[in-house]
Formats: sequence, structure tokens, C-alpha cells
Amino acid sequence: MNNLLEIKNLYIEGFYEDRWQPIVKDISLNLKRGEVLGLIGESGAGKSTIGLAAMGYTRQGCRLASGSINLEGIELFDASEEDLRLVRGSKISYVAQSAAASFNPSHRVIKQYVEAPVHHGIMGYKEAEKEAVELYRRLFLPEPEKIGYRYPHELSGGQLQRAMVAMAMSCKPDIIVFDEPTTALDVTTQIEVLAAVKEITEKMNKAALYITHDLAVVAQVAHRIMVLRNGRLVEEGETRQLIKKPKEKYTRELLNVRTLREEKNITDKMDVILDIEDVAATYTGQDMALEDINLTVRKGRTVALVGESGSGKSTLAKVVTGLLPAIHGSIKFFGKDLPLELKKREKEDLRRMQMIYQMPDTALNPKQTVRKVIGRPLQFYFGIKGKQAEERIKDLLRNIELDPDIYIDRLTTELSGGEKQRICIARALAAEPDLIICDEITSALDQLVAEDILNLLQNLQNKTNMSYLFITHDLATVKAIADKIVIMLEGKIIEQGEKKQVLSPPHHEYTDKLLASVPEMDPDWLDNLLEERASTFI
Amino acid sequence: MLKLLQQSPLSARIGMGIVILNVLVAIFAPLIAPYGETSIAGDVWEGFSAQFYLGTDHIGRDLFSRMVFGARNTIALAFITTLLSFLFGTVLGFIAAVKGGWIDQLLSRTIDMIMAFPTLIFALMILSVLGSSIPTLIFTIAVLDSTRVYRLSRAVAMDIEVMEFVEAARLRGEGLWWIIRQEILPNAMPPLIAEFGLRFCFVFLFIASLSFLGLGLQPPLADWGGMVRENAGAITFGIYIPLIPAGAIAFLTVGVNLIVDWFLHLSSGLHE
Amino acid sequence: MKNVLFLIFKRLGASLITIFVISVIIFIGVELLPGDVAESVLGQSATTETVAAFRKELKLDLPPVIRYGAWLKDFIQGDFGTSLANGRPVSELITWRLANTLFLASTTAVIAIPLAIFLGMLAAFYRNTFFDKLISTTTLSFISFPEFFIAYILIFIFAVKLNIFPSLAIIDDNMNFTSKIYAILLPSLTLTCVVTAHMMRQTRAAIINVLASAYIEMAEIKGITRLRIIMHHAFPNSLSPVINVVAVNLAYLIVGVVIVEVVFVYPGLGQLLVDSVSKRDLPVVQASGLIFSIAYIFLNLSADILSMLSNPKLRQSQI
Repeated sequence: MNNLLEIKNLYIEGFYEDRWQPIVKDISLNLKRGEVLGLIGESGAGKSTIGLAAMGYTRQGCRLASGSINLEGIELFDASEEDLRLVRGSKISYVAQSAAASFNPSHRVIKQYVEAPVHHGIMGYKEAEKEAVELYRRLFLPEPEKIGYRYPHELSGGQLQRAMVAMAMSCKPDIIVFDEPTTALDVTTQIEVLAAVKEITEKMNKAALYITHDLAVVAQVAHRIMVLRNGRLVEEGETRQLIKKPKEKYTRELLNVRTLREEKNITDKMDVILDIEDVAATYTGQDMALEDINLTVRKGRTVALVGESGSGKSTLAKVVTGLLPAIHGSIKFFGKDLPLELKKREKEDLRRMQMIYQMPDTALNPKQTVRKVIGRPLQFYFGIKGKQAEERIKDLLRNIELDPDIYIDRLTTELSGGEKQRICIARALAAEPDLIICDEITSALDQLVAEDILNLLQNLQNKTNMSYLFITHDLATVKAIADKIVIMLEGKIIEQGEKKQVLSPPHHEYTDKLLASVPEMDPDWLDNLLEERASTFI
Repeated sequence: MLKLLQQSPLSARIGMGIVILNVLVAIFAPLIAPYGETSIAGDVWEGFSAQFYLGTDHIGRDLFSRMVFGARNTIALAFITTLLSFLFGTVLGFIAAVKGGWIDQLLSRTIDMIMAFPTLIFALMILSVLGSSIPTLIFTIAVLDSTRVYRLSRAVAMDIEVMEFVEAARLRGEGLWWIIRQEILPNAMPPLIAEFGLRFCFVFLFIASLSFLGLGLQPPLADWGGMVRENAGAITFGIYIPLIPAGAIAFLTVGVNLIVDWFLHLSSGLHE
Repeated sequence: MKNVLFLIFKRLGASLITIFVISVIIFIGVELLPGDVAESVLGQSATTETVAAFRKELKLDLPPVIRYGAWLKDFIQGDFGTSLANGRPVSELITWRLANTLFLASTTAVIAIPLAIFLGMLAAFYRNTFFDKLISTTTLSFISFPEFFIAYILIFIFAVKLNIFPSLAIIDDNMNFTSKIYAILLPSLTLTCVVTAHMMRQTRAAIINVLASAYIEMAEIKGITRLRIIMHHAFPNSLSPVINVVAVNLAYLIVGVVIVEVVFVYPGLGQLLVDSVSKRDLPVVQASGLIFSIAYIFLNLSADILSMLSNPKLRQSQI
């Protein structure tokens, strides 16, 4: 038998809107020993469902409808619960997206590692414990002898994720399903986990299904890639082949490296509209969340504020808007000192500075219609009402490329994620602002939708000459839209300057690490990086 | 709305039937009742008959008429009390959630204090001091019950308050009143409506219990809890009479609970 | 562990403050009596001697703060004053009745806790089956019923129609344990119905909540048997919420006991409280109210402490 796993014509149904509807349609796949197959697609593509189905498992509200799942000669499609249990964990295992939720908070990490092999009768407790330590070492976990004896909440996100990769290996299964194992992590941490995945699939010669929405990530680990959309296969191919010569339009769109816009230069003569000087802020009164922040935003330009989680970039947005008053320093807006506290600011200043948020779902009141969402700033700031307001709302909808007649009376809950984000943009535009603060506005959106939103913002800036303060953790976005880049780490700005200058060497040490950690489409990128790092450490 | 009613499960429909029946009886009490609320019409504890549909009570009043007037008194009292309790609870809860800071601290600690006291004991002590009259009863129970409403509305408002659309309203410069009315209240309605049903049941049972203990509505006013108390002695003679008002209380609370259950199921389902 | 101790002490302190405030409220309550306290309580027909005796009894001739101090001191020493109704010391009235109430409450707890947890677990594991729906409907009804409705139905069936249990729960010190249990079986059964219904529903919800966690899915995917998942993964994490549910509902028992005692004419503290309220026998109301409140606060306190101790994250931090 050549293939470890053979899925044939698989259909899976989910129960929603009071009936069973197909969510995975006619999927077939094969997996050979030592091979890594990447499953890629946007949300709703059915990739996680397929991953779990490979173990004969479906989440509540889903069921296997038809087809065949053959794992090493065992048919899982209609196997009994007991037969499935014997296979799960021992022959095929699973690495979930959120390690923090997937570890039982009551038990030590190593105890959860040992559970499966002891339970499946593969080895004794002591032996399993010894192997766990060995694996922790191979997966580059710090203090491998001790770390397992901690409780899950005492480990960092990246460490837990690697501990889960180790746990998946505990019974020495032939296949591992990786379900977005790095999505919840920062780029620099992502590398550690990818290295762990590579260690297992290459050096230990395991077969794997690697599920992700990020083509650049999957290119590093997979031999073959399947592109999925809405539960169907779009295209399948050998990794290098697929990246070099995609056959389908959808794949090409996913692959498209962001169109770098022409850079606008920044000169000292341009008007400074926002000038932050020596600002510090704190949540607790003791630990500083921000320190020594100096930053300017010029008219018609985009400043990208970059950093990983906990770097203080969103805190800075709160300080600029006055939600978290700075404890010292000054914020000048059009040359005038803004009060640090939101409540003391004038309506006119509030109008000129608008904000767009990460989660369009929570940024719009679910009980309001588009008309009300966009109409309120018109009425509040300009006193525009009635017929005049309706015309203006329609104009704004046209500006954000939505058909006014279709959308104006929709509830915000009746919109897709991308449409919601457009409405948020329209709400900000309604105030006719000079500065828009964009807080991670594309990170909750699918790649293609995000691309459209960025293009829209670009067009709007060209038309109205607004400035953006663009907060993000995604360096690809930064490269696409920024004129100026500000890099933050632990509440401080460690480097800032024009895009060209920041992106070209010499870098600050952290900038270097950050830039180097962003996966590139090149399938050799990870290997090269790891080699390079290994050599520098010696 | 109509479509929603059409899709309602059997249990919810039964619940709605029960509630509507009770409300109609309460509203049209004088038209329905064959005898006056307090008029003595027959012998003590007579059985079912064409003259007395449900027999007579411990001093010979028509039990059916007493039940009908009892519905009016008991339901109206509980409803007014619940409304008052909601008024106190939601207003304070929303203010605490939106304002935060020392106002929230002060309100919340005070409420914690009141809630650390068992409600029935607290009510008994207040009534022992002030004596039992209808305004005292309404006010005491409304205040005690509003603590739970406060907890819930504060929690719900806090959940909504952290959403970015509220932050967006703040950044726009909107005032407290606008934020509460336009942004928070519409989103807090589903859990609050369900809570209203639950609180009504609680208040209704609570007043019934107080009346049963002889500390609620005072005779000769007809109220279901008091009627159980007045006729309690009958049970040892194998006469079912106290079970009728007690059963009526149970009947209405079950009805309300059935609706609440459906509503909770509905609003949790819509979240997904 | 240090962390947990700190939290427990904090919680303990809060409870002590609450008890203090409640004693002040109870004391002030008497002060708030409108008009002349003595006359309004004793009525127009009271003789001057009784009014004077009453004033002295409540120490109305002294300033409030001193009176409060004296009252509290006496209370702590077990001297609750004398009853206005019959002139006997309150402590004498209360002691025996308190013991009776505790007997009834603890008998109920012994039946209700295991029953509720067992049924709650069954309903959670077999959720959305016929069994689960049956139990949910039944408990919803029991929650909706007033205690006295359940009580009278039980009396009607078991005492009147079948004649196997007494309709009045009369006990005295000369009875042996079995006959005492026999006497209180109906009131205890009434309370069990109500308390079990609440406890069972919340236990079910708590366990379902745990069963929906990602780590339970992970355990299933690891191929662990169902029994082991329940015992090893679900149980330790359900412990904290379930313990909390149990203690909170025991606190509810304190309130339920008042009505049930009245129905069955059971000589407990609850019935004494209700009697004294109608007679406006204030020293007795003060004393029994305070005792009920302290018991209630104590149970809520133990609920919190136990759930802190059984919370894995709190327990493990900084050992």
C-alpha cells in the first residue's frame, strides 16, 4: 500500500438554517509516507473540517455525508466509535490552532503528553516521560527537563504550541494534522513553531496535512498544495510548480504579491498635522505601557506603526484619541495642543480625527442600519438632516464602492466582513477628517478582501489628501501602504523613518529579526533562514 | 414578529396561552366574577356546584370569584413591583457600567451588601418594623429585587460597552444619555426582556410567599397566597381547596417560564 | 498558594464587614420605627408600666451608638434580650428551634446534594436526549412552583390520601432519631424538590460548559476513552463551578426553610421569625434575622472559598 491516507469523493454536511447543507464537496486526496500536503484557503473553505475528517472526527453540528476515508487500510467513514478511538492519537494525531485552549488547565503539560501513549498501551509512563523530554529538546523548548512539569498557563503561547506539536508526536503516529498552528502567534514566534514542524516532517519523516490560510507559510513546509474554496478543490499541485505557474485565477489572486504603490516622499516643508512629543502612558500607574514616544504625521501621508502583540501600538492609538490620557508629554494637532483627556477636547478636534477598528463586527452597532451609522456623524458634526443627509449618505456609499440603493437600509448584521469594514470607512469619511487612525483594520479579513480595502484607502487618500496612522503587525501590509514606518517594541519606538530607509540595511537588531521573520513565497526561505541563524549562533 | 410567533414551539405557545388567559381574567375580573370579592354567599368549604364553580372558602365566600379578583390583585401587584424594580436596576446598572470609576464602585459595593442578606429575611424584618401595607410592600420588594436587575444590566452593559461601536460613539463626542439610549439599550434588550420574565416570576412567588406567611396583602382583599393560608386547614380534612390558589400561582409561573425559556433559546441561537 | 490565601483573607474580611453592616442595619431598623416606638408597637391601650419596660428593654433611654454597642456586646455573649411577647429570654427561645432548623436543613442537604449532582451529570452527558428533556421540564416546573404548593400536594397525597406520613412535623427531644426523621420526611422532601431542581440545572449547565472546551475535543482526538475523559479531564475542571453551585443553593435552603416550617408547623427558627414578625416581637426578630443572615453569608463565603481552592489556575500559581 502506497498511500497512508486516501480520501475519496468526501462530502461533509453542516446543520445550519434548520437543514443539512454541504460544507465540503467532493474532496479527494492522497498522502504518502514522509509527504506534507498543504491545504490552503480562506475562511469557509472547509479546510479544518477536512483535517478533522481525516481522523474520522466531525465537530458538533457536522456529519460525514458520503465518500471514503481510508487510513492505512482502515475505513474510517463508517467505523465504530471504538475503532476510531484506537486510531486517533496513535496512528494519526492533531495540532490545533489554539494551544492555550487545547491543554487541560488542571494537569501538567507532560502528564498530558504521556496520557495518549500510556493509554493506547504503546509504552509505560516512565518511558513516555523520557521521550517527552527528548522531544522538547528537539523542538527547541527552553529547559526541556523541567518545562513539562509546569501547568499550561505557565508557558508562553509559542512554547505551548511547540509542546502541543510534541504531544501530537507522543504515540509516534504516521500522520499529523496541523491546523493553523501558527496563526495565533507573532511572526518572530511563528518561526520557532515552523522550525519545529520542519524538524518533525523532514528529520523524523512523518506525513502531515498542513492547514493554513497563508500561502507563504505553507510553501515552507509542504511538498504539495491543495487550494480550496467554499468546500471545493480549486487547484492542486507540487509546491514549486503551483507557486511558479498557478493554473487558476483564484490561486493567482492569492499568490499576487501586493502591488507596491509608488512611494510619496516626505519633506520637512510639508505640514505636520499630528505631532506627538515625549509621551508616556500607563494602565496600572506603575508599569509604563508607553515611554518616550516622539512621532509626527504629515499631511497626505501614511505612517505605519508596526510591532508585535504587547508592543504598545494600540495603546498609542488610545493615547492619541484621548481614551487613555498620557501622563506626560504633548499631542499637537494642527499646531495646537490637544487636551490629553478625551472629555476636554473640542467637537471640531474630534471631528478631524477619526478611527477605524480591527473587528468590523464589533465596530458597528448590530441594531443600526447603514443609514443611521453614516447619518449620525453628519447630523452630529454638521447638523445635516433629512433629504440632504440622504444624498450625502448615498455619495459616501458610492465613494466606498457600494451601491447606495442596495445598502442604505440594510442592518449592519446583514453585511459581510469586507462590507462592514467599508461602512466603517464611510462613517469616518462622513466626518470629513484630516487624520484617520486605522487599528489593524485588515487583520480580521480574508486576504483578497483585505487587499481591496487597502486599495480603497489608497484611492481615498489620493482624492482627499487625508493622512493615515496605520497600526499593524503585518509587515506585508506595511510594505504596501506606508510612507513612513515606526517600529515599536515593549512600549518604546526603536526605529522610525521613511519606508526606504527603514526597510534597507543597516537595521536596528529587532527590526532585522522582525523583517527576517516574515515568510516569503520562496519555498527555500525557511531553510535558508534557519541555516543562517544556526551559523550565526555558533 | 408574527413570523417568529408562527415558528414558536408548542411549549412557548402553551406559556403564552396561560399568560394571556391570566391577564384577561385580571382585566375583566368584575365582569367574570359571579359574586363580590368579599361577599359571603354560602356555607363553609362547600364543594363544586353550578352555584359555586370552585366551591366556597373558609367563611363561605365564592372561591371562583375570589380567584378571579385574586388574579387581578396578585398579578397587578407583582407587575408594578417588577416594573419599579427594573426602573431602579437598569438605570443604576447602565450608569455604573458607562461611568465606571467611583460611581460604579459605590453602587456595586452597596448592592453587594444588600445581596449578602437573604431577601426573604430582609423583607420580613423591614415589614416587621414598618408594618405591611401595599406601598411598603411594593417599594421594599422592588428595592430588594432591583439588586439582581442591577447586577445583570451592569454586566450586560459592560459587555456592550467594550465593543468598538461604543468607543466610536465616545470618540465622536456623544454624551452619556445618547450612548445609553442609542448604543447600549437596543443591544441589551434581549437579555433584559428574558430577565423581566424571570424577575416577574420571582417577585410573584415572593409576594405569594409573603401573603402566605400573612405578611403580604391583608384580608379581606383576595390574593392567591393569602387564600392558601386562609384555607390551609382544609387540607387535613382531605379538601382540595388550598390547592386551587396554590395551583393557580404555579400555573402562571410555569407559563411565564415557558416563554422565557423559548426566548433565551432564541436569543442564544441568534448569537451564533 | 500565597495568592489564594490572600484572596481568601480578602473574602473573609469582606464577609465580616458585611455582617457588621447588617447588624447595624438591623439595629437601625428598630430605630426607624415611626412615632413613639413603644406606643406604636404596644398599641394605644398599653399601660405606662409596659411602655416603660419596653423602653428599658430596647434601651431607648440611651444614645443610639451606646445602645448599639451594648446590644452587639450582649449579642456576642449570647444574650439576645427578652421576648416582648412572653417575657422569656430570646436565647432560650432560639436555641432549641435553631437546632431543629439545622436538623431539617442538613437532612435535606444530605438527600439533595448527591441527588442533584448525580442527575445533573446524567443530564449533561445525555444532553438533548429524552431523559434530559424530561428532567429539564420537571425541574423547570419545580422551580416555578411556590414551596407551599409542593408541600400541600405532598401532604394531600402522603398524609391525607395514603395516610403514611404525618401532615404536621411535630418533634420533641424525647423522640429517637428514626422517629424524628420520620416526622420531618415530608418537609424535607418538599425542600429537596426545590433545592435539587435549582442545583441540578446549574450543575448540568456547568458540566456542559466544561464539555464544550477545546481540551475535551483534544482528548477525544487523542483517542482517550469516554470514561477517562469524564473522570480525568472534565471532572477536575467541573469541580470548582459545581462546588459553587452546591453552596449557593444551600444558602437558598435557608430561605426555603422558613415557608416549609410554617406549612408543617415545624418548631424551627423560621416559624419563630414569622410569628414574631406578625406580633412585632422585635428582639426575637432581630436575633433570628441576624442568625439567618450570618448563616447565609457563611454559606456564600464557603462557596467562594471552596471554588477558589478548587480552581486549578489559582491553586497552582506561585506554589
